[in-house]
Amino acid sequence: MAGNILEMRNITKTFPGVKALDNVCLEVEDGEIHALVGENGAGKSTLMNVLSGIYPYGTYEGDIVYRDEVCKFNTIKDSEHKGIVIIHQELALVPYMTIAENMFLGNERGTNLKINWNETNELAKKYLDMVGLNESPQVLIKDIGVGKQQLVEIAKALAKNAKLLILDEPTASLNEEDSRALLNLLLKFKENGMTSIIISHKLNEVSYVADKITVIRDGCTIETLDKRTDDISEGRIIKGMVGREISDRFPKRTSNIGDVKMEIKNWSAYHPLYSERKVVDDVSMYVRKGEIVGISGLMGAGRTELAMSVFGKSYGENITGEIYIDGQQVHLDTVEAAIKHKLAYVTEDRKGNGLILSNPIKINTTLSNLNAVSKKGIIDKDREYQAAVEYRQKLNIKCPTVEQNVGNLSGGNQQKVLLAKWMFADPDILILDEPTRGIDVGAKYEIYCIMNDLVSMGKSVIMISSEMPEILGMCDRIYVMNEGKMVAELDGKEATQEAIMSHIIRTA
Amino acid sequence: MDRTKALDFAKKYTMIIVLILVLGFFAVCTGGSILLPMNVSSLISQNAYVFILATGMLLCILTGGNIDLSVGSVVCFTGAVGAVLMTKFHVPFIVTVLCMFALGTAIGAFQAFWIAFVRIPPFIVTLAGMLIFRGLSNVVLDGLTVSIKECTTFVNVFGGGANCYIPDIFGIPGFNGTCMLVGAIGAAIFLGMQIKTRAERTKKNFEVEGAAIFWTKTILIAAVILAFFFRLSQHKGIPTVLIWVLIVVLVYGYITSNTKTGRYFYAVGGNEKATKLSGINTNKVYFLAYTNMGLLSALAGMVTIARLTSAQPTYGQNYEMDAIGSCFIGGASAYGGIGTVPGVIVGAVLMGIINLGMSLMGVDQNMQKVVKGLVLLAAVIFDVVSKRGGKMISKG
Repeated sequence: MAGNILEMRNITKTFPGVKALDNVCLEVEDGEIHALVGENGAGKSTLMNVLSGIYPYGTYEGDIVYRDEVCKFNTIKDSEHKGIVIIHQELALVPYMTIAENMFLGNERGTNLKINWNETNELAKKYLDMVGLNESPQVLIKDIGVGKQQLVEIAKALAKNAKLLILDEPTASLNEEDSRALLNLLLKFKENGMTSIIISHKLNEVSYVADKITVIRDGCTIETLDKRTDDISEGRIIKGMVGREISDRFPKRTSNIGDVKMEIKNWSAYHPLYSERKVVDDVSMYVRKGEIVGISGLMGAGRTELAMSVFGKSYGENITGEIYIDGQQVHLDTVEAAIKHKLAYVTEDRKGNGLILSNPIKINTTLSNLNAVSKKGIIDKDREYQAAVEYRQKLNIKCPTVEQNVGNLSGGNQQKVLLAKWMFADPDILILDEPTRGIDVGAKYEIYCIMNDLVSMGKSVIMISSEMPEILGMCDRIYVMNEGKMVAELDGKEATQEAIMSHIIRTA
Repeated sequence: MDRTKALDFAKKYTMIIVLILVLGFFAVCTGGSILLPMNVSSLISQNAYVFILATGMLLCILTGGNIDLSVGSVVCFTGAVGAVLMTKFHVPFIVTVLCMFALGTAIGAFQAFWIAFVRIPPFIVTLAGMLIFRGLSNVVLDGLTVSIKECTTFVNVFGGGANCYIPDIFGIPGFNGTCMLVGAIGAAIFLGMQIKTRAERTKKNFEVEGAAIFWTKTILIAAVILAFFFRLSQHKGIPTVLIWVLIVVLVYGYITSNTKTGRYFYAVGGNEKATKLSGINTNKVYFLAYTNMGLLSALAGMVTIARLTSAQPTYGQNYEMDAIGSCFIGGASAYGGIGTVPGVIVGAVLMGIINLGMSLMGVDQNMQKVVKGLVLLAAVIFDVVSKRGGKMISKG
């Protein structure tokens, strides 16, 4: 058995008012893939930031022992020098620079006066080959997809001579195919002696790739599971993460489905920049009262684009097709018109497209329906406050007051504020785009419950999700989209992960 | 009050505290002459244009840290057109005022169109506007000074000349009773409204600030209002220009904090995409901000030519910088979405006091600029650093 490449001993890190890490211990064996799991806010990222020197030595208590040597990192450079390289969840690439320029950013080849471009490009090519990315080093980052960008990040890490690779949610924005390829790449690196630490919410991936799994909860290490001796099934990991067994990950509901509420016919939309690219291609679908309809598919299948083009044409060009609500044809040319027809679109990108992070909860809650709290254009602030408080209770948003800025909330609570905002707009049809992305198991369950409440009130819900278990667990009916087309419609009770996948693959 | 609370308090009222300190400093350095009735009155008349322009500029800055560089030139141009209308064409007072407002609004709308609907960066559009309207002012005035001394109504109404005060009705020698009465009524209304709001909130079980803070704050503000009007009464009463400033400040203060339209400015600056997806026409918000800037520039133009009783092609230079500086000193965020009208007014008053104080002390004009520049830098540094939790150097 190889020795430990890394030991983090009794790490304690406090932020003003919060103990983010409390006596955390982590031992990573040389040459293994070690997974770090835990709910959002459990302290995984903080721990990795301590390790990589983002929180410099002295701002935490405890020791980092790397290759039998106590390390005192002051900056990221120090840790990278030792071969510890971290790849963050949000990719740190400059879109208007080439792959090669990005890979050697801050690590340029050549002298201070002149960059050696030949060496840069040659080396870049070498590392790109190692990660199996078949792109020219001269291509601009903005022109390649997210999956490939992730590979560039890894190639960049290799170029820094990484011995210990830390990946924070590497597959969060990848589709299943790219995710699998990335995980296989990690397994390949392992054979070559590389050690990796991977942080992930996707437990199936963790079980697939990890040799050991350390569970962190509320800033404490709970346990470390070893593939060779322990059970590392998803259920077992979840139990460690939440401290209880979630027997039923999806709350039950008795469906009470009514008439067709909204129908979309022959809907097509083109890409706003590349006007010849058809992003949504002749899609027809419907949703009934009291029904949760899922739209499954890979990333880039055109699901978000479909939803946004329907929601007041907020995406795409040359949109054609018909929308019927309660049997009447409607023209939803602006977001305002869509909201007026009681449609709501809850975005997948809550920070970018959904919330105003610098504003308090109450202002976010009422933004899309200010009329409900104002008279003749004048806002009744007391009513606004009351409304926000009401929704805070309804959705169990955890915050000291509704005056708190949304930017300070956790992902799950932000998602709830986003839901509150759209529920406050009093819609009949809600399109929820990846409603549980990046939030922890407990908050997911609460979001599912909210969805069930909505349909029990007779609302219609369209759920777009890349997580198949969630689609299968929640939906009455499932549409499958691929490359802009609706390729299948399945009954929620009979559908299986394999059935959905096979429809995607067959049409690909 | 524990430490975090004290810190919060300090953060919230920083600029007020700074204002008091600066005022104290100059009161000592000028041997109290900065607090003389005449100087209090001239603080208002000298800086009226800053108050007006800074309020308009706040709306532009709220939309995302966007500034309007053209205001100085637009002030000059509308002023020039007004002066020419009155002197050369003998257009009546009311018609001139309406023409100037219409002109300012049209100029604003012209620039706003490119910014809002064609999405040309505001910096570029207003830089072009700055050149265009400076040039046009020269053309309209033929490069000369046009005196408007004869247009007494205009000059008096917009706060220039010797008779630019609200007439007194009591007739106590050396003391303007009307002015004091207005001040007392103002303070009473303020007190009444504060108490009423608080009572309503308490009744509805909303959170309210602690009684001690509330009463100190409210009584302090009421006292400042009274003292301010008392000083004015000892001089010549209420300068007419103060009425215009008060109208602008109250109207825009209300719009930004209490109306849907006002809320939209903050929303666009906070997250434009989210605002759009909430069913709000963000183009319209930009259009409104810059059109309104034109309207307020016209008002500032009137105030400027009235005070100087003439129009010259060089008027209004660097006015945009005074306005922008007041906004940032008053706590507006350079990224948009944050800032209030009262904050901006505090910023403008601070700048005004520094100007006046240094002039009284006989500090050289050029050194005054240096000091103002340093104050602006210090204010923004303080703002940024305090938001970062007191850390001076940003990480990487």
